[in-house]
Amino acid sequence: MNFWESVRVAWRGLAANKLRSALTMLGIVIGVAAVVAMVGVGQGASRLVSSQIEGLGSNLILLTPMRFEGGRLYARDAEDLLQRVPTISAAVPSVTMRETTGWQSTTYETSVQGVTADLPAVRNYRVALGRFLVAQDVASRRKVAVLGQTVVKELCGGTAPLGREISIRGEPFTVVGVLASKGSSMGNDDDDVIFIPVSVAQRMKGTNEVEMIFLQAKSGDVAALAVGHLRAIFRAKFQREDAIQVTSQDEILSAVSTTTRTFTIMLGAIAGISLLVGGVGIMNIMLVSVTERTREIGIRKALGARSRDILAQFLIEAVVLSVTGGMVGIIIGEVGASLLSRLGGWSSGISLSTIAIAFIFSAGVGLFFGVFPANRAAGLAPIESLRHE
Amino acid sequence: MEGVSKSYYLGGTEVRALQDVALHVRAGEFLAVMGPSGSGKSTLLNIVGCLDGPSAGTYRLAGEEVAGLGGDMLARIRNRQLGFVFQTFNLLPRLNAVENVEVPLLYRGLPGRERRRLAEETLSLLGLGDRLRHFPTTLSGGEQQRVAIARAIVGQPAVLLADEPTGNLDSVRGKEIMDIFRDLNVKGMTVVTITHDAEVARYAHRTVRLRDGRLVDGRDDAGRLGQ
Repeated sequence: MNFWESVRVAWRGLAANKLRSALTMLGIVIGVAAVVAMVGVGQGASRLVSSQIEGLGSNLILLTPMRFEGGRLYARDAEDLLQRVPTISAAVPSVTMRETTGWQSTTYETSVQGVTADLPAVRNYRVALGRFLVAQDVASRRKVAVLGQTVVKELCGGTAPLGREISIRGEPFTVVGVLASKGSSMGNDDDDVIFIPVSVAQRMKGTNEVEMIFLQAKSGDVAALAVGHLRAIFRAKFQREDAIQVTSQDEILSAVSTTTRTFTIMLGAIAGISLLVGGVGIMNIMLVSVTERTREIGIRKALGARSRDILAQFLIEAVVLSVTGGMVGIIIGEVGASLLSRLGGWSSGISLSTIAIAFIFSAGVGLFFGVFPANRAAGLAPIESLRHE
Repeated sequence: MEGVSKSYYLGGTEVRALQDVALHVRAGEFLAVMGPSGSGKSTLLNIVGCLDGPSAGTYRLAGEEVAGLGGDMLARIRNRQLGFVFQTFNLLPRLNAVENVEVPLLYRGLPGRERRRLAEETLSLLGLGDRLRHFPTTLSGGEQQRVAIARAIVGQPAVLLADEPTGNLDSVRGKEIMDIFRDLNVKGMTVVTITHDAEVARYAHRTVRLRDGRLVDGRDDAGRLGQ
């Protein structure tokens, strides 16, 4: 008897007990759907987080002074590092404040960041209208501002007031440029920001230090090299390891993706348990089926079925059950994952490999839990099973 | 078959179903086995049908010793050399008439079209040409038994074994079935049937009687080998 004949015989066996087969299948459907949905959600979330980190900029390295460890950074450190570290192509000092801003009769509270001319390159901003800050703005402490899209919308009602004045903490600033929308990174709206010269921000905040320096490595390949170099410089300068925290984008990315991967595996494993339970359901039903059909097995054996024909019949029944359940489960899981993803605001992340694994796994479950009942069926003595009523 | 004994244990006590039975069935013979309930008739038929093995003694089918054969070989013998007809018909309830008849051919590995053709031919031969797609539950007892016979003979076996084939049928249907058996026998098939019914035994060339597991009134033509 060839394989497709066996599948046909198995299919008829299942069709004879539609409700029971469907309920048995349901266990596998739920299990597979849960695995597919959970892994899909996990992968989607991790992709979201990754894209958010990538949205920070390209080949970004962050310097953060640990003030309690005696770390201090100044605006001129940025220029200094640019000179000393050859693997770095840009360095931008930054001071951030939350300020109330005003335009005509509207007020709006937003993040005001003092930066320098290289910021768009480092943080992947694009200028939509006018210009960004230039070196002269910083050097001459000009009160000029570049607005993000959210500020334009919330403060200025959607039309960019290029060349006109807005107020930041009551001081007038001339709007010289508007940035193109960038979206969000690390959970922050990157468009909800006003950039002003770092020198002006320092004056307003009453400090000569900066809170952070953004550096850009020349390429992804040399980022690690640059990080090592920077750490060595700060170790020499402050005589201790942790005065300045040096974090590269890659490091954040790998740390976060390790977390999300663990998260995904955990979700998948929990869902996998339900798949296991579904498998036990298959075994249970197959055992009942073997007992019920003892006479059929006897008749088939009397007509010349070999043990392996009977084994194949029941094994294929189990696999057909689980694979059919698996396919339905994949579809439901996929739909579920995309719904959940929409709820969570990230793209659905089901990969082909998830589907393949779910499929293979459900077939495996059928095979594994089908072997015992099928073996029992194949091992029945023809004479006794014929006598069975 | 020589010196065949069969015993089994039922609730701890030994039941000797057959004791030292010697029987030769010739090719082309029509043999009836009679005897009261519990005389070992069915056990004898099961051994002849390779569904069960003897506890002692030897059984040769077409000159071949059966005892040493493995399960797959026995299945092959049942599939190709033997055809079974049971008292309770034993049709598979979820398959229709043609599909039931196809089962032995399925295990023989015949392609689907060939199976269907042979099954339909055989059923038509037995007057069931208009019942091909009927399921067993929609057929009368006589029709069911004819489907069962079609299933037994579709593979052109050498020997047809029947266990009380008319036991569940009225006398008219029973006569139809026995007429079919006689026709098959005339065409060369060896037929061995168990029966209670002396009417049925009249169709046979030869009748042997069993009592308490022993052959009595054998009138066996000893010395002549089986097929």
